[in-house]
Amino acid sequence: MESPGIILAFWILSAITVGGCLMVLIARNLLHALVFLVLAFLGMAGLFLTLSADFIAVAQILIYAGSIAVLMVFAIMLTPLAARDNSNSLYVLPALAAGFGVAALIALVAVVTPWHELRGEALQANAPVTTVAVIGDLLLGRYVLPFEVASILLLFALLGAIVLVHERSREDSR
Amino acid sequence: MIEGLSVTLAHYLVVSAVIFGLGTVIALSKRNAVAVLMGVELMLNAVNLTLIAFSRFSSAFAQGEEPLAGHVFVVFVLTVAAAEAAVALAMAVLVYRHRETVDLDRINLLRG
Repeated sequence: MESPGIILAFWILSAITVGGCLMVLIARNLLHALVFLVLAFLGMAGLFLTLSADFIAVAQILIYAGSIAVLMVFAIMLTPLAARDNSNSLYVLPALAAGFGVAALIALVAVVTPWHELRGEALQANAPVTTVAVIGDLLLGRYVLPFEVASILLLFALLGAIVLVHERSREDSR
Repeated sequence: MIEGLSVTLAHYLVVSAVIFGLGTVIALSKRNAVAVLMGVELMLNAVNLTLIAFSRFSSAFAQGEEPLAGHVFVVFVLTVAAAEAAVALAMAVLVYRHRETVDLDRINLLRG
């Protein structure tokens, strides 16, 4: 991770991602906050790319920046009489304290701990050419049981969402 | 390049910690249920970044450890995040139908 391109990309993408998160916090309109959330997700996908995680970066764009953002747009549009301002509740100061404390603690531990990480030449040699084939092998080999459980979880979550918002006809409900 | 300028594991972990903290603030302080869900998604995303960073920088793979297991974990986290978002947004729409609001401090039917 010593080439100037990677260093520049890391700092720019980190600035985009963190700035997007900050704008989600301070944007006045809920839909504007959603747009900045998508920006943060895209920056995060770029960060994944700098870590040579090509499959995860594409999945991030598809699932987070695509489908979850569309779901949130639908949820906002289907609640037209609810407040559209991205206002805060009474708990802003405790939330700020908690968030700052958590972030400072994790960052401190991450900096102080002596990680046995690869550096320089060894890191370059360890870079995978493509990750898709290995991820596919692992998902249908060693991790096949969690894979099936995750698919059942997805199926039941979708069924649950459909059952929850299903509008019964007048005769059914009375 | 100069040694001090290279990007290390700690850089990614600090960025991830900052995003996790901002997600915590958003999830705890917002009034709208959809905005709270945005904070939760940001926290999940920060964890994903941590997993990928450890997977990239770890020195365990040189000793025959399974490579890219962190990526598989991220795939599962993505799956659970999608399922959670679908159910949570369905519940927000359902609550809106009954109460005409999704403000979390006005949904107090269970208050004793």
